[in-house]
Amino acid sequence: MRLEEIAAKLGCETLSAVDHDIDVDAVVASDGMSEILAFHRPHALMLTGLTNIQSVRTAVVADVCALIYVRGKRPDAKVLALAGEHGIPVLATPRGMFESCGILYEAGLEGVM
Amino acid sequence: MPEELLSRSFDLHSHDFDKAGEISTEIKGMLKELGIDSQVIRRVVVVCFEAEMNVVMYADEGTLTFVLTDEDINIEIADCGPGIADVDQALEEGWSTATDEMREMGFGFGMGLPNIRRNSDSFDLRSKVGVGTTVTSTIRLDGLG
Ligand SMILES: Nc1ncnc2c1ncn2[C@@H]1O[C@H](COP(=O)(O)OP(=O)(O)OP(=O)(O)O)[C@@H](O)[C@H]1O
Ligand SMILES: [Mg+2]
Repeated sequence: MRLEEIAAKLGCETLSAVDHDIDVDAVVASDGMSEILAFHRPHALMLTGLTNIQSVRTAVVADVCALIYVRGKRPDAKVLALAGEHGIPVLATPRGMFESCGILYEAGLEGVM
Repeated sequence: MPEELLSRSFDLHSHDFDKAGEISTEIKGMLKELGIDSQVIRRVVVVCFEAEMNVVMYADEGTLTFVLTDEDINIEIADCGPGIADVDQALEEGWSTATDEMREMGFGFGMGLPNIRRNSDSFDLRSKVGVGTTVTSTIRLDGLG
């Protein structure tokens, strides 16, 4: 599914440049950075409720294709700048983690294993 | 003997959460430029990041040494700090002494050391209470480890 469609389903606001051509087939969702890194599938979409600088570093290390912050959280400018440096699109949804995952699961996306 | 191609050493500073993870990101960029296989890069960078975070969270200071040979990548993270009393317990998934503050930052799931071990072809954890901890990891370039 294209990132653009996902953004529409979750009512996302775009926080940094989004390449709409990104195709997402798997999702990794957690507030635990080591948990995100425990999975091996590159180019997954990352969902998290943590907006600190480590969320972006984790996204870089995990090689995710895009990062969506849940629960309406927004990172500060420094965090967004780091994501920009690494070419990671950043979006924010007002929905919580449970709802966001439910919507994406319903839409046919898989979790990483 | 494998031929050493590149060797770098980085200082790690405790409690500097803002900078924590920077070195791993730098290593990622360096390996990409060298044209290393992306799967290998990912494993190396997960090892570096988790070890870097542990030094920042638990130790006083440390050094990350990175050596690339024509066969593999060797990473050693050595710190001065409290050490780990029970190394086997520390390696169990879910075991953590992280503070609430660390948990709020997304750490303390007790998965860092297991992640390091899982991504290593060869792994060693040595620690002495009151002295420090050394993690060593080797990752083969051919991905056949
Ligand atoms: N360098 C270190 N010095 C002292 N203690 C350490 C060190 N590294 C790990 N530990 C101890 O081992 C425990 C397990 O470490 P591990 O990295 O697996 O999990 P964590 O850091 O608690 O959580 P996570 O890595 O999931 O964020 C830590 O909680 C800590 O008590
Ligand atoms: Mg850890």
